Amino acid sequence: MTAPAVTVGATVDERPVGLWTDAFRRMRRSPAAIIGGVIVGFFVLVAIFAPFLTSFDPARGNLADSYLPPGPDHWMGTNIQGQDVMARIIFGSRLTLGIAVLSVVIGVSVGAFFGALAGYFRGWVDAVIMRAVDVMLSIPGLLFAIGVVTWLGRGVVQIAIAIAVLNVPIFARLLRASLLSLREADYVTAARSVGVRGPTLLVRHLLPNAIGPLIVQATLALATAVVDAAALGFLGLGPPDPATPEWGMMLSDTYRYLNNAAYLAFFPGIAIVLSVLGFNLLGDGMREALDPKLRR
Amino acid sequence: MGKFILRRLLLLIPILLGVTLLIFLFIRLLPGDPASAILGERATPEATERVRNALGLDRPLHEQYLEYLSGLARLDLGSSFLTNRDVVDDFLQRFPATVELTAAALLFALTLGIPLGMLTAKRRGSWMDSAGTVLSLVGISIPIFFLGLMLKWLFAIEVPILPDSGRISLIDYNIPRVTNLMTVDAALAGEWGGVVDALRHLILPGIALGTIPLAIIMRITRASVIDVLNEDYVRTANAKGLPSVIVDSRHVLRNALLPVVTVIGLQTGLLLGGAILTETIFGWGGVGKWIYDAVVNNDYQVIQSGVLLLALIFVLVNLAVDVSYAFLNPRIRYS
Repeated sequence: MTAPAVTVGATVDERPVGLWTDAFRRMRRSPAAIIGGVIVGFFVLVAIFAPFLTSFDPARGNLADSYLPPGPDHWMGTNIQGQDVMARIIFGSRLTLGIAVLSVVIGVSVGAFFGALAGYFRGWVDAVIMRAVDVMLSIPGLLFAIGVVTWLGRGVVQIAIAIAVLNVPIFARLLRASLLSLREADYVTAARSVGVRGPTLLVRHLLPNAIGPLIVQATLALATAVVDAAALGFLGLGPPDPATPEWGMMLSDTYRYLNNAAYLAFFPGIAIVLSVLGFNLLGDGMREALDPKLRR
Repeated sequence: MGKFILRRLLLLIPILLGVTLLIFLFIRLLPGDPASAILGERATPEATERVRNALGLDRPLHEQYLEYLSGLARLDLGSSFLTNRDVVDDFLQRFPATVELTAAALLFALTLGIPLGMLTAKRRGSWMDSAGTVLSLVGISIPIFFLGLMLKWLFAIEVPILPDSGRISLIDYNIPRVTNLMTVDAALAGEWGGVVDALRHLILPGIALGTIPLAIIMRITRASVIDVLNEDYVRTANAKGLPSVIVDSRHVLRNALLPVVTVIGLQTGLLLGGAILTETIFGWGGVGKWIYDAVVNNDYQVIQSGVLLLALIFVLVNLAVDVSYAFLNPRIRYS
């Protein structure tokens, strides 16, 4: 790591600590980051071990069992098709986490690529990319995603792409800003003065130091992605197969049955809130841990 | 000042052109031919060709774009595939309802968010501050549609103290539509009971839509007040022996609110997107419900025009915010 980890006036036996070790150490002391990490870890485990956590098939329902309130057999009740709500939430975590991760990975890669181009080359490349970013940011997020999904067609990958599209301008702008401020950093000037040029400068010296804010933003983007994916599902733009256990789709239509089956809205909603809260807490904790201003 | 506004207006032109180009390309280049969307999957090739010709889809792309732009300049965005009604007319008729809803949400967010942000900043590190931080984090993490569902369930069904949907009790009040802002129309008709009833209908959807902005405004206000509290001029004002009420209002809040103004502009995007969800849950007859119905019915013409018009409004609101920011902050005005 090329982080300037030299501590002025450090005692001899105190070894210099890198940014990541230091950040990790401080994250362990931040209650927000720990709670966030535990919640996220919980959902990841649920997604991995989904088939072992329930004996019900999330897609198969027994019409004789429809609208059962929460009870000993169905802990979270059943829906109109008699499908077990808990099984659908458990298996839905795979879809939700999958869409969130896929959309953020696409959004970060494409966004960071254009941001790096803009911040590195500047000039007209920068101008063109940044105007495109302005245009994309001037369409309200959820509307943009609705537009993309209606045009791409419904489906898991399409939803991930639609949410990724919202992330591209954010990450492009973020990386460009870090690169522009890092250009003036002393260690970059030093590297340049000893003859480091071009891609080496970018890959070895600029990018590793710009990656902290990018990771923080990516974690927070996971939270937004969960909400946006659920919002699309809620609006009827989820995967085309209605048997797909998607949290947002599970909430869709529940506003019609609130007076007799409010639990149908309650449990999937709690799952969404908890996972979003987890990513938000983790992101906030990471931001504080990685912020050099808060380092001692 | 005039120069500043003029420069901002000129900068707006390429952005607006970009937005129209982006939406146009989306419509034309991606799969999903509007002609087959109108006719359905089993249309004959001849029929598809006829519709494509009628819609001008067989002409070169740049001609189509210019045609689209000129239509936009004449405020002609075509008509709904489904109802054949003029899209701009429909939009304008429903937009006031959305304005009313977003205004209520923003009012809720500001009247609670600014005092709470100020309070938690002044009591930094206290239990109140921690509680505020946790609450704002939870507020940001609750999706609008879930909060809306829970509010409706709690306050309209379990404890029915507020109306569960609509903009006014249609059985009790027959208000002539003038501005399409229900509260204003009721007042114009002299129906004061109707004004109260319309306001009651605004409470639940307003809270559902306003909670995320509330959490964000509270966070920004807190951070900004903390910054200002460390400024020399605040220490001076306190040292002069000014009552803390005056220091807070004249010196702290006035300077701390500048970042909040910028955030309000950005919130408009969230509010307009969130309006789709809120209006669906509360049966609110605004632009959001209109777009939702279009999504359900695959009415592409309405979806794309609705997205475009709301994007235009978002851009204009941000322009207005930039300009008001320049009015409020002399440091920008004179630089």
